[in-house]
Amino acid sequence: MDVIAEHGNILLILAVAFGFFMAWGVGANDVANAMGTSVGSKAITIKQAILIAMVFEFAGAYLAGGEVTATIRKGIIDPDLLGQTPELLVYGMMASLLAAAIWLLVATAMGWPVSTTHTIVGAIVGFASVGISVDAVNWGKVGEIVSSWVVSPVMAGTLSFILYMSVRRFIFAAEDPYVAAKRFVPGYILLVGFVISMVTMVKGLKHVGLDIPFKEAILYSIGVSIIIMFIGIAALTRIKRITDSEQHSLIYVEKVFAVLMIFTACAMAFAHGSNDVANAIGPLAAINGIIESGGAVAQESAMPVWILLLGGSGIVAGLALYGYKVIMTIGSKITELTPSSGFAAELAAATTVVIASAYSLPVSTTHTLVGGVLGVGLARGISALNLRVVGTIFVSWMVTLPAGAILSIIFFYMFKAIFGVSA
Amino acid sequence: MSKLPIFSQLFAKSPVQPIQKHMKAAYECASHLPEFFEAVLDDDWKKAKKIGTKIRILESDADDLKRSIRLNLPRSLFMPVSRTDLLELVQAQDKIPNRTKDVVGLTLSRHMQFPSELGPLIIELASKTVSASQLAFEALKELDELFHSGFSGSEIDLITGMLAELNDVEHETDVLQGKLRDAFFSIEKDLNPVDVMFFYRMIEWIGEIADNSQSVGNRLLYLIAK
Repeated sequence: MDVIAEHGNILLILAVAFGFFMAWGVGANDVANAMGTSVGSKAITIKQAILIAMVFEFAGAYLAGGEVTATIRKGIIDPDLLGQTPELLVYGMMASLLAAAIWLLVATAMGWPVSTTHTIVGAIVGFASVGISVDAVNWGKVGEIVSSWVVSPVMAGTLSFILYMSVRRFIFAAEDPYVAAKRFVPGYILLVGFVISMVTMVKGLKHVGLDIPFKEAILYSIGVSIIIMFIGIAALTRIKRITDSEQHSLIYVEKVFAVLMIFTACAMAFAHGSNDVANAIGPLAAINGIIESGGAVAQESAMPVWILLLGGSGIVAGLALYGYKVIMTIGSKITELTPSSGFAAELAAATTVVIASAYSLPVSTTHTLVGGVLGVGLARGISALNLRVVGTIFVSWMVTLPAGAILSIIFFYMFKAIFGVSA
Repeated sequence: MSKLPIFSQLFAKSPVQPIQKHMKAAYECASHLPEFFEAVLDDDWKKAKKIGTKIRILESDADDLKRSIRLNLPRSLFMPVSRTDLLELVQAQDKIPNRTKDVVGLTLSRHMQFPSELGPLIIELASKTVSASQLAFEALKELDELFHSGFSGSEIDLITGMLAELNDVEHETDVLQGKLRDAFFSIEKDLNPVDVMFFYRMIEWIGEIADNSQSVGNRLLYLIAK
């Protein structure tokens, strides 16, 4: 216990610094993927994307980020084994943060496709199984997480396939697609509003101190989503077609979908915030819990609000200082995506990620989005996709998990050597 | 390229615009045929040569486009249509400028003197052929909208209508070819046998340009029919 008492403050300051750095990295790199679809399909400008990302990433992190944070914090490692040496958990979590941050930095500089989620999970499993004991890892939970990495892209793909098929069926196959789009798009907006508010109310608001029963949550969500739908309808009335002779021109149809994409972009940013903020603040929350309690690995303490705020502001800072550049790059690359197909991919991915967040599963937003895009592709919605990327993603799995693990093991022993272990 | 985030690498460049560009070059190449034959019938070989050069340049442009389309369609590409169907479409398109170049090349190198009484019919055949390739070009303009709407709905009706018109025009060129052959047959005894042989071949070749335009339309139908 002496180590915690002696170095507690230094350790916490370091952990805050690493956690903020991680959140900064998430904001600088990951957010771009979430927003790139909207920018690339020209539904929103870069400025609008940054504004949306700032507001909704923060909201997602704050309102719905608690569940996944809890998983990272205490779901992967069995804390009972660490009752005697809580400082090991502190070192390990610090090592994981540092390992993940450095690996992401290197990988980004080299242009390797890595996932923040995979890196941090690999890092935690790495230090725990090697540095402490193989039994310290809650392998059941890890198995659940890893299978969610397979399930989430598949689920997003299935959803986006269905969504895009419905667009083909109800809008493009209609006699006048523009009129059909105006009729059906508010329905999709309603769907976006419902999914997001439902997940937030059922799973998220507990951390803010509001506990809404399930039945009431449905009622409130319907109310909220109807309000959102009316905002959407108001925005849609501003889009007007000049003459009816342009019936075959799809430009106006896409303008209608562009309005929808503003809403799905918000949903995507919210979903991303709810899931990815945990990668940065989960370990920090674990460290804070131990130090606050003066060395007890008591896992019951509530998530302090300041940590969620720190994560949210770290993401926003990364986005504002560096992320916009990445959004611009991606936006200029994804020009083949149209709002009608982009919305399907985005909504499917956002829904999947938000649901994963509610079930406290850390998934990769980018991979889920890739699944969503492939689903639209299968529904014949995108003119050309590069399937090699799927292979690259598998390779990045194979590399990222051990890389995060090895780095965190090294840092774990380093911290152990610097600060020592209580006898 | 490798520095781009993985997500953006997922999106490959669409082959649609290059294919449309190729068809535009193909159509433009064929579109010079009537003025070429007018110059030939006027015995204005200087002008004919100038037009011939223009046609050759357009044909080689089309060739370059074709090559780059083929190079940019790797097997790893995932598209709403089969890669083979797209390549066959390009191949069909490419036959239009190729045949046009053959027609012009042969006419120029043999200094072909068409019997003047057949002049109007030849010009008419050439113009009808251009109409056929123009219709194919117009239909191809809809290719991007077709990809865009996920191959559904009113877009398909529109293209099917255009292709029906293309079939009609191609049929008209067949009728014109028949008329020209009949007209040649009635005067062939008075002409140089070697010239006559090449006249027939020329009629056939011009007709083939219209046939090729029609097969572009058919390839387009294959894409839709999936």
